[in-house]
Amino acid sequence: MMRKLYASFIYFLLYIPIVILIIYSFNASKYSIAWKGFTLEWYYKLLQNDSLIEATLNTLHIAFTSAFSATLIGALGAIALYRFDFFGKKFLHSLIYILIMSPEIVMGISLLMLFIFITMPLGFWTLFIAHVTFSVPFVIVTVLARMSGFDLSIIEAAKDLGASEWIIFKSIILPNIIPALIAGFLLSFTLSLDDVIISFFVTGPDYEILPLKIYSMVRLGVKPEINALSAVMFVFTLFMVILSQILIKEKK
Amino acid sequence: MNKKMGIFAKISISLLAFWLIIFAFLPNILVLFSSFMSKGETEFLLFDFTFSNYVKIADTLYFSIFLGSFKIAIITTVTTLVFAYPFAFILATASKKYRALLLLFVIIPFWTSSLVRTYALIAILKTKGLLNALLLWIGFIDTPLEIMYTQSAVYIGMTYTLLPFMILPIYASIEKIDMRLVEAAKDLGASTFSQFTKIIIPLSLPGIIAGSTLVFLPSLGMFFIADILGGAKDLIIGSFIRNQFLTFRDWPFGSSAAIMLTFIMFFMIYLYSRASANISQKSTL
Repeated sequence: MMRKLYASFIYFLLYIPIVILIIYSFNASKYSIAWKGFTLEWYYKLLQNDSLIEATLNTLHIAFTSAFSATLIGALGAIALYRFDFFGKKFLHSLIYILIMSPEIVMGISLLMLFIFITMPLGFWTLFIAHVTFSVPFVIVTVLARMSGFDLSIIEAAKDLGASEWIIFKSIILPNIIPALIAGFLLSFTLSLDDVIISFFVTGPDYEILPLKIYSMVRLGVKPEINALSAVMFVFTLFMVILSQILIKEKK
Repeated sequence: MNKKMGIFAKISISLLAFWLIIFAFLPNILVLFSSFMSKGETEFLLFDFTFSNYVKIADTLYFSIFLGSFKIAIITTVTTLVFAYPFAFILATASKKYRALLLLFVIIPFWTSSLVRTYALIAILKTKGLLNALLLWIGFIDTPLEIMYTQSAVYIGMTYTLLPFMILPIYASIEKIDMRLVEAAKDLGASTFSQFTKIIIPLSLPGIIAGSTLVFLPSLGMFFIADILGGAKDLIIGSFIRNQFLTFRDWPFGSSAAIMLTFIMFFMIYLYSRASANISQKSTL
């Protein structure tokens, strides 16, 4: 009984702000907390805001391209990390885990310094590089978790029977890790969509993205449009996370 | 394990290694390097080796910022730990049937934008917000509490945003515990209290340290929480580093603070690996 009560209390704390945010995104009253009736006005206003639409398109563009590249680099790397021993493997492994723990602000300023040193203009490409970099470790961990317990002797057997590396990859490894690939892609997509701190440092003035746009709007106070926008982002994340979790949990 | 790599595997590893070395390892070396340089008038860096940036951290003015930020981070870590531990324990010992679903509802906020979750708190905490409305209605208070733009708001914001980051690692470590150990202790007459202090908590120590790392470091760095809820500037190390880089253009000084964060991270990773090694050693005895 106490257990259920306490667990419910924590769930309540975790969700109540988001639930209230979503409810208020439909409230006709602009400033007060009193309920003045249901409206879709704020969502409608979002659709009419051109700079917001542009920032959304930029965000989706970055999220899609960086998640795709991170999944490619991360998955290929994870398979090789799992199958082979090579010089520097331990270093690479440590680097991956350190990157997951590493404070975002440190990654943000370190990349900013790199880009300025090599005089790379801040904008799409710098954001792309940064997002791939912080997503890759998560893809690797997801794929490695899927591969753990994978019997390498199957690969040996296939080799003895004359299968090429490509056949082994295509017919044995790939079908086994497809769920982890999709999950890794979805998690990278979510990370990219939600990142504030790292993007804050590596984006340029001409390339606006949604989280930073929301950040600058929020600093000016609460607006019903931000409620609506945040609600949309939450529901989007919710969908992606549930899908990725189903794929991760799926029976091997 | 296979030692002979095909060309395909070689390309895969090279691609990954290239990416991580150029865009993760090298930039951090750059920060380390810059933390020993001087600030230039026109250039970002003056190649002139010095320890002055680290000495400057000990300056009373800056030191009080760091101290304040550490205070916030420690209180946030302890608060999330106190809330998260019993919850993670309940989750890890819940019946298998519901566990995945219960866990999913923690994973969702874990991945949800921290900015959105921070923003969502404003409607609750502001003077004419829901918390005050509720407390006034109950009669608990007569005048609304001023929470927004105070340090309390920052504590609440950090605790709320980072709670899932404490729950998940602790959950993972408790779930791994062989519950037969606890059963055995119970049969031998151990009280519930000593079952916890002698078995469960020591065995979940790696999870506690991992969770504390995932809460402590961001609570030093997440400047947008301090900005949005705290109002005051320079409240935490993250906002300090941001200002050094973007406002004052003092890269070396900002870098030295960033190196301090990296140093704390390595220390916590060291604690974690010691705690895990300790446990695997004990379990093989």
